[in-house]
Amino acid sequence: MSVVLVDAGGTNIGSVRYALQRLGVDAALTSDAAAIRAADKVILPGVGAAAPGMARLRELGLVDLMRSLTQPVLGVCLGMQLLCERSEEGDVDCLGVVPASVRRFVEQPGLRVPHMGWNRLQRQREHALLAGLGEQDWAYFVHSYAVPHGDYALATTNYGGEFAAVIARNNFHGMQFHPERSAKVGARLLKNFLEL
Amino acid sequence: MLSRRIIPCLDVRDGQVVKGVRFRDHVVMGEIVELALRYRDEGADELVFYDITASPEGRSVDRAWVERVAREIDIPFCVAGGIRSTEDARAVLHAGADKISVNSPALERPQLIDELAAAFGVQCVVVGIDSLRDADGEWRVRQYTGDPSRTQALARRTLDWVSEAQQRGAGEIVLNCMGSDGVRQGYDLEQLAAVRAICQVPLIASGGAGAPEHFRDAFAQADVDGALAASVFHSGAIAIPTLKQWLAEQGAVIRCQERSAAPGAH
Repeated sequence: MSVVLVDAGGTNIGSVRYALQRLGVDAALTSDAAAIRAADKVILPGVGAAAPGMARLRELGLVDLMRSLTQPVLGVCLGMQLLCERSEEGDVDCLGVVPASVRRFVEQPGLRVPHMGWNRLQRQREHALLAGLGEQDWAYFVHSYAVPHGDYALATTNYGGEFAAVIARNNFHGMQFHPERSAKVGARLLKNFLEL
Repeated sequence: MLSRRIIPCLDVRDGQVVKGVRFRDHVVMGEIVELALRYRDEGADELVFYDITASPEGRSVDRAWVERVAREIDIPFCVAGGIRSTEDARAVLHAGADKISVNSPALERPQLIDELAAAFGVQCVVVGIDSLRDADGEWRVRQYTGDPSRTQALARRTLDWVSEAQQRGAGEIVLNCMGSDGVRQGYDLEQLAAVRAICQVPLIASGGAGAPEHFRDAFAQADVDGALAASVFHSGAIAIPTLKQWLAEQGAVIRCQERSAAPGAH
């Protein structure tokens, strides 16, 4: 099985790559359209801001390519947000393969932004991506913007309200938390993705 | 609910984990990756590595061990010590660290915080603050605390620096209360609560943990997001699984993970 990591400039690419290696998969880091198109699985990691992330994909000429992929695609953290239609962060159009608009956490007393730390995943729908996930498993989050709960949400997390923690629409999937940094739970979910 | 984080801190010197009392007299505690794996298996929520001599010596973190840790560890970790530019930070982040923490270099040049936040996002940027109460009752910031011969008292008030750091783009504050560090008499709850009141980003308590009650009090009384400790974990005086179980029973939101598998099962 060939897995590629799309090099959109995120700083967590190394960590995701190591996590895949721990699962026995050597994923190539690439921004080459042909290599991405030919891969069995495509992962779009991302740490950073939406506007530079999209600018980078545009620069690399990968926007239409990413939209047209038919194999399983996984966006991680910012990578998940880039799958959506728009992001409030920098007010930017994203890939638009998941019908959602990314919003900033609304500041409220006691709610610190960024949402940083371990929080629970609440399963909303059955899906192969969630195989083996417990009722209240913990995952590690670091983000200031979030995808609202919607019918694309496989699992949600509560932080000043429910937001989408795991999403799926057609062949596109996303995890708002960092599976590469979510201990056994994260490793299981990454493994599930590799087995889709 | 977001869980409170238990964070072992590993002070790194010459590629090994060391621990001193009140920042002096360091003794070797063990090998970096070995200790990191032990804490991961025990249920640590995050790890912080401080290269304690990098900043005083004017050099940046040795990225080789950062990469070794990143390959092995599947929980988040932060690296501190001698990061004085976006280039230094990029090297550490690309080696696999999730966050970088700046302390002395940010005091030398506060603009560094803005630059790091702009380059990597606030979620990567931790500002570490070493703080000590002066005779006049005011908490003030200390610099170059990794080297006692160079440690400096600054005129900067801790609360002012916390505010400024947030405005400039700190995504998290680690407050090391030097007066309580290394003596295991508990976190400085008064100081932590004062900082909490003006801190809108995650706040991590550091310095003084000696008993499970100290963690409970930091969470319950100072409302910190995480509690950092070193010697009590390194020495085995407090076992993380027992601590976390007890804190959960005390009503804290704590990630008590599934029974840990044998090391190497990951």
